[in-house]
Amino acid sequence: MTSEAAITFNQVHMAFSGHTILRELQFNIDKGAFVGVIGPNGAGKTTLIRLILGLIRPSSGTVHVFGSPVRRGKRQIGYVPQSFVADPDMPLRARDLVGLGLDGERWGFAFPNHARQQRIQDMLDRVGATRYADEPVGTLSGGERQRLLIAQALLTHPKILLLDEPLSNLDIHSGHEIIQLVAEIAHDSHVTVMFVAHDMNPLLGVMDQVLYLAQGRAVVGSVDEVILPEVLTELYGQPVEVLRINGRILVFASGEMVPLTHSESIAHGHALA
Amino acid sequence: MTNLWQHIFEPGLFTYPFLIHAWISASAVAIISPLIGFFVNLRGESFVAHAVPRGAFAGAAAAFLVGANSILGLSVFALAMALSMGFMRRHSQNGVITALTLVMALGLGDLFLTIGNTYAPEVFALLFGQLLGVSASETMAITVLSVVLVIVVGIVFRPLLLSSTVPEFAAARGVSLTAMNLTFAVLVALDASLTVPVVGALLAFSLMIGPAAAGGYLAKSPWGAMGYAIAVALGSVWIAIIIGYDTSLPIGFLVASLSLVAYVVARLIHMARKTRRFKRYVSPL
Ligand SMILES: Nc1ncnc2c1ncn2[C@@H]1O[C@H](COP(=O)(O)OP(=O)(O)O)[C@@H](O)[C@H]1O
Ligand SMILES: [Mg+2]
Repeated sequence: MTSEAAITFNQVHMAFSGHTILRELQFNIDKGAFVGVIGPNGAGKTTLIRLILGLIRPSSGTVHVFGSPVRRGKRQIGYVPQSFVADPDMPLRARDLVGLGLDGERWGFAFPNHARQQRIQDMLDRVGATRYADEPVGTLSGGERQRLLIAQALLTHPKILLLDEPLSNLDIHSGHEIIQLVAEIAHDSHVTVMFVAHDMNPLLGVMDQVLYLAQGRAVVGSVDEVILPEVLTELYGQPVEVLRINGRILVFASGEMVPLTHSESIAHGHALA
Repeated sequence: MTNLWQHIFEPGLFTYPFLIHAWISASAVAIISPLIGFFVNLRGESFVAHAVPRGAFAGAAAAFLVGANSILGLSVFALAMALSMGFMRRHSQNGVITALTLVMALGLGDLFLTIGNTYAPEVFALLFGQLLGVSASETMAITVLSVVLVIVVGIVFRPLLLSSTVPEFAAARGVSLTAMNLTFAVLVALDASLTVPVVGALLAFSLMIGPAAAGGYLAKSPWGAMGYAIAVALGSVWIAIIIGYDTSLPIGFLVASLSLVAYVVARLIHMARKTRRFKRYVSPL
């Protein structure tokens, strides 16, 4: 069982200065699974990612990656942060940024050599960033930056890819492209993916499992197992209704009009029309 | 023609000891400052480059007061300034505190100089630089420290670049952000203590930020930007020494003006390129 798991949470409890954020987390993430990590703002999604990266230690319980306790700086985990700040005049090209994913944590500087350039170029091609490979990163759009961060994270050929809200600054179309890209790479290279999002709908077609976070607790399973009124009512600790319309899923607190996990289109009234 | 040549390169320009000191220390500073300035710009922390030389000024004033080595005084106070700037940035969003610290540093410097009955020319030198008055031992100290700083920048180059651009990714890769912030503060502080004797506390900013910013406009890659920045800085100090020696205009003023000119020119070139690219974009014919 454990040998099949990429990530294992065992009775993980996380509190910041006495304030509990995550409690009794107990689950396995299968190797090669595409997992959507869904939950409202402040649910602890980023905290969960930071636990897997070993950037913070659980208050109690253990987190294992491929059977061994987490350690900071493992190159087998690729991490895609939300975005980065760069002004348009910053002298850093797309390929410079991506290249830092190869060995940016090492001392000294990297002497350019053909093999190195080729690896970076291949990755730029892989994520579809060839066209703007030599442009300053500060001049690129949100979707283009996201591709670069993905390329940067993939350069070490990680077996796990953690993406923290990669869709948050993107329009629906580029968001869709990013999801397709990640799904494709995950499938081709057998990468286990944890994809954080506050709305599950864009991920419905690609995710194998959903990890639903609310009230500091988590349920993990397929969408059909987890996104059910009784499961979510139990998780939220209040009556919850699940609506399926045109292949979209909306989760409401009973009697309320605003969905619990924010969805772009419902917020603007489209789904209700 | 030879006449004009002799007029520009006046006798003694390369032979008088005080001028040799000036050439050496100015070149050392013009190589290290843009390298540090590159990271200052990358991190968007140009206020540090404003603040730290003022801390260095107070340090040099304190050194005069107690009769200590002025480079030592500069370094200690610059370091204190850089560390407190970093601390304040992380723990308060209050720009007023930062501004008050700046004023405080200048005030303290003034106080030390007044108590110590320091001569006005020395005060003037600290504020505006006294390149032609740099001593042999100061030249030695500046050169050695510059070499050390260049080596340190070489060693921390990649992790500092990574943590300055994508900090969360750097942390996930095992880079200690605290260590990098600290390293950055120390680099800025030591660089300021080298730059203050050359161009002074008020103008040190111009040599740290000006050439680096110009480099950022002229090149797209870090290496290109640093190369241009060093070229601009070296050009500024060299021309400043020559003009300053010929005309006895203050060298600090000349360095500041020349790097400002270089910055403006670089920016114009950058704008021209952008416009051209934009035109190509809208009319593909
Ligand atoms: N280092 C920290 N110290 C204190 N509180 C924190 C820290 N990190 C996160 N939190 C708190 O934990 C909660 C969950 O945060 P986060 O994991 O960022 O949520 P999400 O990513 O789901 O929006 C928030 O209330 C946040 O304020
Ligand atoms: Mg988050």
